[in-house]
Amino acid sequence: MIPQLLILSLLIFIMAKQMPGDPFTGLITPESDANRIEELREEAGFYDPWYVQYANWIIGVAQGDFGKSYTYKVPVADLIGERAMNTLWLSLLSVVLLYLIAIPLGVLAGRYQDTLVDKSIVLYSFVSYAIPTFVLGLIFLFLFGYQLGWFPTAGTVDIKYEESTKAYIWSKIYHMLLPAITYAVLGTTGVIQYLRSEIIDSKSMDYVRTARSKGIPIRKVYSKHIFRNSLLPIAAFFGFTITGLLGGSIFIESIFGYPGMGQLFMQSISSRDYSVITALVLLFGFLTLLGSLLSDIIMSIVDPRIRID
Amino acid sequence: MSEQLVNTKSQNEYAMSSPPSGFQVIIREFKKDKLAMFSLVGLFVTLLAIFIVANFIDQDQLMKVSPRDKFAEPGEKFFFGADQGGRSISGQLILGARNSITIAFFVTLITGFIGIAVGLITGYFGGWIDNIFMRIIDFFITIPSLMIIIVLVTMIPKYTVTEFIFIMSTFLWVGTARLVRSKSLTESRRDYVNASKTMGTRDTTIIFKEIMPNLSSILIVEMTLNFAGNVGLETGLSYLGFGLPPSVPSLGTLVSYANNPLILEEKWWVWLPASLLILFLMLAINYVGQAIRRSADAKQRLG
Repeated sequence: MIPQLLILSLLIFIMAKQMPGDPFTGLITPESDANRIEELREEAGFYDPWYVQYANWIIGVAQGDFGKSYTYKVPVADLIGERAMNTLWLSLLSVVLLYLIAIPLGVLAGRYQDTLVDKSIVLYSFVSYAIPTFVLGLIFLFLFGYQLGWFPTAGTVDIKYEESTKAYIWSKIYHMLLPAITYAVLGTTGVIQYLRSEIIDSKSMDYVRTARSKGIPIRKVYSKHIFRNSLLPIAAFFGFTITGLLGGSIFIESIFGYPGMGQLFMQSISSRDYSVITALVLLFGFLTLLGSLLSDIIMSIVDPRIRID
Repeated sequence: MSEQLVNTKSQNEYAMSSPPSGFQVIIREFKKDKLAMFSLVGLFVTLLAIFIVANFIDQDQLMKVSPRDKFAEPGEKFFFGADQGGRSISGQLILGARNSITIAFFVTLITGFIGIAVGLITGYFGGWIDNIFMRIIDFFITIPSLMIIIVLVTMIPKYTVTEFIFIMSTFLWVGTARLVRSKSLTESRRDYVNASKTMGTRDTTIIFKEIMPNLSSILIVEMTLNFAGNVGLETGLSYLGFGLPPSVPSLGTLVSYANNPLILEEKWWVWLPASLLILFLMLAINYVGQAIRRSADAKQRLG
């Protein structure tokens, strides 16, 4: 994991070096002295060899110092920290909704295999797999946000509420609901299909026949025996769900005007705020790695067979 | 009556005597699945229409701004109305669809070529070659490729469609390579491969003339689904503003006009047709891909 992060950081560093401008371009005003800027550049090590600069940068990053944002003139870490909480809450709500939708549907489809219920659920999961995020997001925003007016169309919270009151928290959740639903609807495919095929496979297993012959009612066999075993791959999926959320956040947050990390990334790109861009790419890379690591860990907890000594 | 019975029986026997070829199985699958047939025909007709009509549209003429027609409603002058620059939506739809599909096609071709070659070779040889490539693939899978594509697009000074295709391809061959590797790994341990090795057949011949044909159905499915994915990614990037250059019409750009709440709410003709076209393309290509996938797997076949 560490070597992968190092290679990624090197890649990002090289890309950042290729981009036009430097941290001092933003400081230039009509009054500023060109020589003073040059001095500042010299002091900050702008003319050092690239490996010295890389070493300085990566040491800073390891200590949580990502430099300063050119446009906002505040430390990048503060800027991201603010937005990261928004993205975190949105992701959390999305994951909860995703499993609330996917698990019942997957179980139903598996249990009533080849019936109308199963067929419509399979069709649903197919459609949600094929729709691009931004198309569904826009259609939802158009329908539920503007035409029906059920949900707010941008922002995270109504300004009229005071902080940390009940109404404030509810307003926050209310603003997150539509983006979260969009993400949840799009993300269900994998979970539904895994759960469905696991349950169908489990039906013909010996332990199910044993349970049935002991006289355990069908309902209990499904809820206690099959369901537990079928959840294994879903648990493994969890880490990758997080990875998907991060990629999706760029689209979802742009569409719904939700000020999270994805939107910050898009804004930094259009304002060419390179220190923020590099920090965000590195952070997303780190979180993606963390997601796949989490998948492995969860898997080894729930399924002892996969444990590596 | 009895003669008829005998007749059908002999026909059945005739059909049984030679196992249906891959292509016949696919045709049978499509005949059985009406929705897949509908998707295939619909897709074919749409693509044909788009590519024929696109030849009669002059891109420079189309993208010329004419303020008088700003947000013209759908009607006589413009079939689908016009955008804020007074440019015909229907014309942009057709050219945009052609561009999106062409780009997706080339990206699929390039990534397919790299992915299949890498997958087959690593799976066949195993050992240190496999190890090295798997490290590279692991690395590519864990990087946030969407963000890096966006950064690269903004970085490159002279940015055209060709560069866009190459940037996309750089990050998208990995999935195919991983899938093909896992299939090639098991296929390479089969008896026929061992037999061929013992006879002294060259490795390249075994890989590309013996193993690859045996994986062809999986490869076709993978390429079809990749194609759909690439259409989605291209339009998505154009939607965000990091796809095609602004002077080139694209479905994603049309949809991105909807970021303006006014357009989203009142000028539906600007963004809705493009969204629906993307939706149709994605659903149809995916559905065709699923049908081919089913026909590749005897257990899932409908027909």
